[in-house]
Amino acid sequence: MSANVLDIALTVLLVAAAVWTVSTARMLRSVIGLAATSALLTAILFRLDSPLAAVFELSVCAGLIPAILVSAVGLTARMDDDALARRKRAKLKVFALLPVILAAAAWALVRLNVPLDFALPAAQGPGATVQTTLWNLRQADLVGQIAVLLAAAFGVVVLLKGKSQ
Amino acid sequence: MLDLFILAPLACLILINLPPVGSRRLALPLAMVLAGVQAIAVLCLPYMPRLDGPLTSFFNFGLQITPLGRMLLLAVGLVAFVSLLVGQASLGQDRRLWQFASMMLLAITGMNGAVLVSDLFSLYVFMEVLAVCSFILIAFNRDPLALEGAFKYVILSAVASVLMLGSLSLMLLVAGSTGFAALKAALAAGSASPLLKLAMAGFVCGLFIKGGLAPFHAWLPGAYSSAPAAVSVLLAGVGTKVSGLYALLRLAMDVLPPSAALGQAVMVVGAFSMVVGAVAALVQKDIKRLLAYSSISQMGYVVLAAGCFLADAGSADWRLVAAGELAMAGAIFHLFNHSVFKSLLFVNSAAVERQAGTTDMQLLGGLGSRMPVTGATSVIAALSTAGVPPLAGFWSKLVIILALWQSGMQAYALLAVAVSVATLGYLLLMQRRVFFGRTAPNLQGVREGSEGYVVAELILATVTVLVGLAFPLLMHLGSFLLPANLNL
Repeated sequence: MSANVLDIALTVLLVAAAVWTVSTARMLRSVIGLAATSALLTAILFRLDSPLAAVFELSVCAGLIPAILVSAVGLTARMDDDALARRKRAKLKVFALLPVILAAAAWALVRLNVPLDFALPAAQGPGATVQTTLWNLRQADLVGQIAVLLAAAFGVVVLLKGKSQ
Repeated sequence: MLDLFILAPLACLILINLPPVGSRRLALPLAMVLAGVQAIAVLCLPYMPRLDGPLTSFFNFGLQITPLGRMLLLAVGLVAFVSLLVGQASLGQDRRLWQFASMMLLAITGMNGAVLVSDLFSLYVFMEVLAVCSFILIAFNRDPLALEGAFKYVILSAVASVLMLGSLSLMLLVAGSTGFAALKAALAAGSASPLLKLAMAGFVCGLFIKGGLAPFHAWLPGAYSSAPAAVSVLLAGVGTKVSGLYALLRLAMDVLPPSAALGQAVMVVGAFSMVVGAVAALVQKDIKRLLAYSSISQMGYVVLAAGCFLADAGSADWRLVAAGELAMAGAIFHLFNHSVFKSLLFVNSAAVERQAGTTDMQLLGGLGSRMPVTGATSVIAALSTAGVPPLAGFWSKLVIILALWQSGMQAYALLAVAVSVATLGYLLLMQRRVFFGRTAPNLQGVREGSEGYVVAELILATVTVLVGLAFPLLMHLGSFLLPANLNL
């Protein structure tokens, strides 16, 4: 029972952190929200017996990506107060529909009787480590993700460094 | 050996970013050499011995090349080379060229990876590499229109990513793997889970958004028309093809089970794109926007043919199966042809924009005599796009229309012919407004573009003409052009 309460609490906190991340008007707060969302997701992944995914989420999504984003924020100008006020008003409208969409999705899952009792994919084996799993099973993905991070870092340099035309 | 298609661009990226700063001057030439070597290597690949060495034993990406993949790798090499040529002619400063070359190398990595992997999650990862590079390249000049175009692409691409990633998680849950073979087996089973079918539908919708097909095309005209010239060439030539249509064709051939209903649904999207793109192109006043809508229309042919393949592949009548396979061959051929002639049209528009200072057709006219190479190659590309013989576009459209007719889908075949006529109409109208008629007084001093534009135009026009003239030979060689399982 207490485990269920913890899972529900983590899920609710995850959704709340994600909504705050995309709705806050300040970019730096948004980055902090992203890091918090990733940290909560890490906890959920640990709870789901997926430590490899959790470690990757924590290191990359809660660590490296916010670092790139903070460097990007450091190169931008502060939003003026009028624009900030407009953003705050607009965000209420944007998220007014969110509870309705979530309720509709939940209703559809129950109403359509979608089977959700799947066995989880097999574990990677007793000797599996982050290194062996990533390198032996998902080597191409690893290189792809390195390329995504490199593209993001170059993007900061290309779009934000130097004077805008 | 195949791993080099991913590792070599990354190695070049590291090389041009190493100190001393002087190495940045080599960035663009090195990227051009890499793209050129890729195009040549792909052509030679069937005749090259298998290379085993320390590199191939250390890396194991599990890559796989198909005839469709080979065609796309060739297009990536060719179009990236041309895009870099245009970038050299239009971007100017060493620092900007270095940044452009770096982003291009990452984009090539993403495209090559997406083409070669045999796992849906890996495909998604490399599509994201390309998507991130595309956002940055569209906004490269940091002007308001470019930023708006990039922002629209980011938003719609994020929607596609959510659909695809959500679908992948469901696939992993139901099938236990995201490998093509495992998914095919799970879908082919008589008791395939409805959740798996739903996941596949979600993934395909994501591909439609990434591929810019109507009605998911809202981002495409803005992105193509506001991006720097060299980036428009890359995006229109291969970018959206790799991230949307290649994946769709690969799924149709290697994962999705044959189904008349599924095939019909895909055909409806293809036909809708063909018509919407052509109608919208008819009323455009800007060359780049016209070409963007034309791309949506031409991609409709590819999707229509892929739908025909899916609808016919499971038939008990061997003639329908053969017609479906012919449709897929036409789809692959048209994908390659469109890469070439649409890149050429975007290079033409880039040269016009550079020399005349605008792409607004109402302000242009009579440039054919002042920019003879641009004018002549633009006519070749326009005629090939419209499907006029003996150019490359004629053969690919003919194959698709014949396949549709043989499949008993005469209405779709006639629609494809009608859209071709409309294509000829709006492209000839564009030619008349830009290259023919009286030269406006403010354009009297316009001259041919620099060597970069001219060389790019000549390369692409030569490929368009040669592929058209040598089509019977290419059909004879077969294995390069047609799907592996095709038995005409």
